[in-house]
Amino acid sequence: MAPTPENTPAGPVLKLAQPLPLDSGRSLADVEVAYETYGTLNADKSNAILICHALTGDQHVASPHPITGKPGWWIRMVGPGKPIDTDRFFVICSNVIGSCMGSSGPASMAESCAPYGMTFPVITVRDMVRAQVALVDALGIDRLHAVVGGSMGGMQALSWAANFGDRIDAALIIASTSRHSAQNIAFHEVGRQAIMADPKWNGGDYYGATGEDPRKVGPESGLAVARMAAHITYLSEQGLTEKFGRRLQDRDAKTFGFDADFQIESYLRYQGLSFTDRFDANSYLYITRAMDYFDLAEEHGGKLADAFRNTQARFCLVSFDTDWLYPTSESRTIAHALNAAGHPVSFMELSAPFGHDSFLLDNDDLDRVVKGFIR
Amino acid sequence: MSPAATGTLRPDLAVIADHIQPGARVLDIGCGDGELMAALTAKGCDARGLEIDPTNVAACVGRGLSVMQGDADTDLVYYPDSSVDYAVLSQTLQTTRRPDLILENLLRIAPRGFVSFPNFAHWRVRASLMLGGQMPVTEAIPVAWYETPNIHHLTIADFRSLLAERGIRAERSWFFTGGQPSRQRFANLTGEHAVFLVTRD
Repeated sequence: MAPTPENTPAGPVLKLAQPLPLDSGRSLADVEVAYETYGTLNADKSNAILICHALTGDQHVASPHPITGKPGWWIRMVGPGKPIDTDRFFVICSNVIGSCMGSSGPASMAESCAPYGMTFPVITVRDMVRAQVALVDALGIDRLHAVVGGSMGGMQALSWAANFGDRIDAALIIASTSRHSAQNIAFHEVGRQAIMADPKWNGGDYYGATGEDPRKVGPESGLAVARMAAHITYLSEQGLTEKFGRRLQDRDAKTFGFDADFQIESYLRYQGLSFTDRFDANSYLYITRAMDYFDLAEEHGGKLADAFRNTQARFCLVSFDTDWLYPTSESRTIAHALNAAGHPVSFMELSAPFGHDSFLLDNDDLDRVVKGFIR
Repeated sequence: MSPAATGTLRPDLAVIADHIQPGARVLDIGCGDGELMAALTAKGCDARGLEIDPTNVAACVGRGLSVMQGDADTDLVYYPDSSVDYAVLSQTLQTTRRPDLILENLLRIAPRGFVSFPNFAHWRVRASLMLGGQMPVTEAIPVAWYETPNIHHLTIADFRSLLAERGIRAERSWFFTGGQPSRQRFANLTGEHAVFLVTRD
């Protein structure tokens, strides 16, 4: 009997009855999966779409973020009458395990009645997907009409196709990759080292005994620097030049000091600091690690095409011409592997000036593709 | 397929659609906005496309078709041998860098291929060159020489020579002038567009 979800102030949370087996060989007990749904599941349960979020995203794809109050992160794509139309589809989005928005992660209580911290097991993208499968099971859904994701969400969609491919009809993968490159791992390592170099990180043990919000304590400076470095990789040189150039921030001349003279410095500092209000540093370590470990071909004997042997799903891959984090060549590699294996696959590189983040921003071609592919 | 369903297709596409049987697997190389693929899908074919222009690809995916953005000159090598029943090159051969290699790939990927192209030896083109001394701009070849995507103009006779040279057989051919079928005799003079069904014996 599948466990029933519980409603909490932060939204519904599913508590798994069984420990979740993990790629590391360990298993995770008392797993909680926080999620949101939009729209209505139809009678034959055939209209469910799972949306997978990116590294620092969450389940609030089309509803306001409970901490920042900001609108859902993909409201331009998901909602009534939107390309992923919640008048037609039942949209599910869950917080990945390892994160800090209600699903089990390093800030959760371990059996020792203290937060896990660094005793939380290292997880993988496939482990995140296993938790999603448990959620889909609990919702009584056999097959998903589609799995959709950008960036790390795209990795989860690929992992669904590779590991649970008989349970999806379509996978839409945007600005993503089938494996983390040396450059991707390098940027993540810079972020992790920034967090670990902050004395307040304290080996991951910073949560305190009083059950304070993990986001209000801990290595805020390190996490902010990690976010600043990562944020640069989400943009493009062209986008940065258009938005900031060499313009100065609230001043007419350089100060010959180390204040944020330039607008770009001020912007990055703001991005770094505001991120620490909503994210747990240890979660950042765990999720970046999961992404670094992602290599779909390696999981399937070294041949990418073999990863998709057990699925009849349709695929669509979209990249952006200014995305240097997960460049077009990565999406094309996946598309060629799928095509060679005879899967129905579409691939396109769209033009947008905003780098990796383009998938979250206005793009008419993307809307048309998503709507047409989901259909 | 009913004539009504192919009635709105460009004449060369209608001929191709009419001569592909339902259920066939088809690769449309240079599929544009997916006009032919949509007609083929409607008659139960498994049609896939390759298209260089991202807006066209978005339009295709927007209408539910499976299309890869890519360049025929470089990307056909990723398609396995004999992976479809028909490969189609409609109005694309003359835009490629190496039409001969494209043709070889076409008949590697599929046992049969449809190739359509504007005939550079049509009498209007000849007249334009002979009398005007300028590169022709006609209904079939509507873009001026400096911005045309057609970088390898060819004639019906040229195409037949290439087939003979490469041991490829023209199983059937159709010719059009002003959107209407035109006769086989003197096609190189009177045909504005040609469609060939080719195969290797």
